Amino acid sequence: MQKSTRLGPFAASLSLAVLGFSALPAVAQAPKDSVTICQTLEPPILDPTGGAAAAIREVTYDNVFETLLAYNGEGRIEPRLAEKIDSSADGLTHTITLRSGVTFHDGAALTAEDVKFSFERAMAPDSKNSQKWIFAPIDRIEARDARTVVITLKSFAGDFLDGLAWADATIFSAKSADKAATEPVGTGPYQFVRWNRGDRLLLKRNENYWGKKPTIPNATFRFISDPQAQVAALTAGDCDAHTNLSAPEAVPQLRANAALRVTIGRTEGETIVAMNNSKPPFNNPKVREAISKAIDRSQVNEGAISGFGTLIGTHFSPNHPAYVDLTGAVKYDPAAAKKLLAEAGFPNGFSVTLRLPPPAYAQRGGEIVAAMLGQVGIKVSIEPVQWAQWLERVYRQRDYDLTIVAHVEPLDINIYARDGYYFGYNSEAVKAAVARTKSAKTEAERNAAYQEAQRLITADHANVYLFMLPKITVSRAGLTGMWTNWPVPANPLAALSWQ
Amino acid sequence: MISFLARRLVTLLTTLLVAAIVIFGVTEILPGDPAAVMLGLTATPETVAALRTELGLDAPAFQRFFGWIIGFFTGDLGISYAYRVPVAGLIAERLQVTLPLALMASFLAATLGITLGALAASRANSLVDSALMASAQVGLAIPNFWFGILMVLLFSITLGWFPAGGFPGWETGFLNGFHALFLPACALALPQAAVLARLTRTAVLEALGEDFVRTARAKGLNAGQTLRRHVLRNAMVPVVTMLALQFSFLITGTIIIENVFALPGLGRLIFQSVGGHDLVTVKSLVMIYVGAVILVNALVDMAYGLIDPRLRFGRGVGR
Repeated sequence: MQKSTRLGPFAASLSLAVLGFSALPAVAQAPKDSVTICQTLEPPILDPTGGAAAAIREVTYDNVFETLLAYNGEGRIEPRLAEKIDSSADGLTHTITLRSGVTFHDGAALTAEDVKFSFERAMAPDSKNSQKWIFAPIDRIEARDARTVVITLKSFAGDFLDGLAWADATIFSAKSADKAATEPVGTGPYQFVRWNRGDRLLLKRNENYWGKKPTIPNATFRFISDPQAQVAALTAGDCDAHTNLSAPEAVPQLRANAALRVTIGRTEGETIVAMNNSKPPFNNPKVREAISKAIDRSQVNEGAISGFGTLIGTHFSPNHPAYVDLTGAVKYDPAAAKKLLAEAGFPNGFSVTLRLPPPAYAQRGGEIVAAMLGQVGIKVSIEPVQWAQWLERVYRQRDYDLTIVAHVEPLDINIYARDGYYFGYNSEAVKAAVARTKSAKTEAERNAAYQEAQRLITADHANVYLFMLPKITVSRAGLTGMWTNWPVPANPLAALSWQ
Repeated sequence: MISFLARRLVTLLTTLLVAAIVIFGVTEILPGDPAAVMLGLTATPETVAALRTELGLDAPAFQRFFGWIIGFFTGDLGISYAYRVPVAGLIAERLQVTLPLALMASFLAATLGITLGALAASRANSLVDSALMASAQVGLAIPNFWFGILMVLLFSITLGWFPAGGFPGWETGFLNGFHALFLPACALALPQAAVLARLTRTAVLEALGEDFVRTARAKGLNAGQTLRRHVLRNAMVPVVTMLALQFSFLITGTIIIENVFALPGLGRLIFQSVGGHDLVTVKSLVMIYVGAVILVNALVDMAYGLIDPRLRFGRGVGR
């Protein structure tokens, strides 16, 4: 950066001299009745029940659309459109009372029929909802009166109510749901104005909002994918905040800027080196242990994301109360790794392929992991792939040895109990523990089951657990209310204010 | 003359068809299911199947190919897998940025390149000439995206005269749009201006040695008048040709520049579509880029034929 600044005057004299150009009026400082939030990825559509992209949720969740329950910035679930939920003793019947005075942006009042419609739409055979598990336990939904919905479950599901806080359980009105992908109409504190695809999306305050009205009348989301362009837009004042900077190496430079504040938080993205557990030689626990011991997580963290990740020792988020700190369970020890490989019958190592998806954490982390495995005799050839190919070959066909990927969904340790999942991992004990997280009647019981599952997968060296992906939030001094962590991908604007 | 144009037209259409087949074929054999990309890791196979049906991915390949080709005439290029809106509309929207950007860059490149080239030629072998040609060399050597970053550092961050990127939309006023496109257009124009400056200098120097220059001076015109009225006009043929050819470079050059400046143009769209495996959009966009290059080349070719009869029979000796 210093180097290019020194070259600035050269470029200036060149272009000013040749153009004879006089200054256009400077861009006005952003007035305080609006806020511009920049984020890396643009949502392809705006209906959170029509695609899995996190960017859809980052724009719409708790802004345009609302759910019955909602996550707050600390990761706790609070009531939103539901005023209260009464659950029967057996946990099979949930009677939901809706808030009164809630209207959609088109003026229609929220009724129990809208809830019934939204959930039945999500459950339909042609539904494109990417989290259908939320609705799987539902037996029937009844709109008892305008403000009361009764949901009866087929069998007990301990995580059913949590699922209602996900963006995938958004409440639509039957009139506007079909157009949600391009012209979203919800009940949230901000309403949709315009979307200039490829550049920005404009929202304005919902003046009829049922809850506390936002203090900032106008909000804009801008989409900037290039890391250098993100830094430039922040420094030039084009963005009031960036939700998660893609250039961790620029953090010291931005911290030195008095007009900006940088906070490092956490996402729910467990970044792992996944191993094809069912394929030789990875079906040998000694080989998996050797690989785990050959990788120095903190160095990968440093090289891949400038050390801003939180190290983990298992597939679980430190944000959750059931988290067990297992970072010390597997220590970096190349000598021990070599010995384990020899015991497993590979004194001279072997050759493997490491398939890497496009994100920087995978590409940069992959180089370091390959070098570390090389130290213990495992020859790694790196193969970068696009997401589509990754999904097809690694995820769907399980045609891989090693890969690096972040699993971004909250509480996703249950994937270790899934048959045919791409890890190829199979453990009856883990399946039993995961089943108990669903059947547990109390929170303590459920957390104990989660803890057991964490210990089991780490003891089995199912994968190498690296770190939680960070959320690097940069905001203009004076702007408060940005989420530090991302318990779910969301940027609720109603909490923002200018000081 | 008619047969010459007809032959050129047949060649043009054949080239376009071959390009279309190649583009379609490549997008067909690429591994990966667009529906799976959109629905993420936790989607059930039934959900993915439902989306595949909605996107029309189940029809046979030849049917989809002809549907696609016909779409270029009817304006129906299908629905974008990722955005779920018509591809034709997406492209029309993005052209509102890319086309003005390319035109602005062309204009800047032409004005700068021709003026400086003529200036250098008229002061051939002077200090001015050497300085200008050295600058042109530098302009050619600097990658335009890097030049763009330098301009952002100076004009956006240090001076605050221009936004660092983004596009507010023409509906917010012409001046706002122009303001947002100016830096990217400069970045795009620099290498092209350098090429044009060198070409103009050579062409002007060549024309300065012709007999009509002596005649013009003999009838009393001074050096400046001769240059403007006679020399430049004669030297312009290769320059204008180059300018036309450069237009296709400019259109494709926007792919990088639009990403550096976060502009919502065709180049950014192709980048996003490739990342999101939005193949229906990718193939139409690539076809448009390829078509633009083929078309401009063909037009230049035909224009040559009109100007110089020797070229009509394909055995001209050229200049």
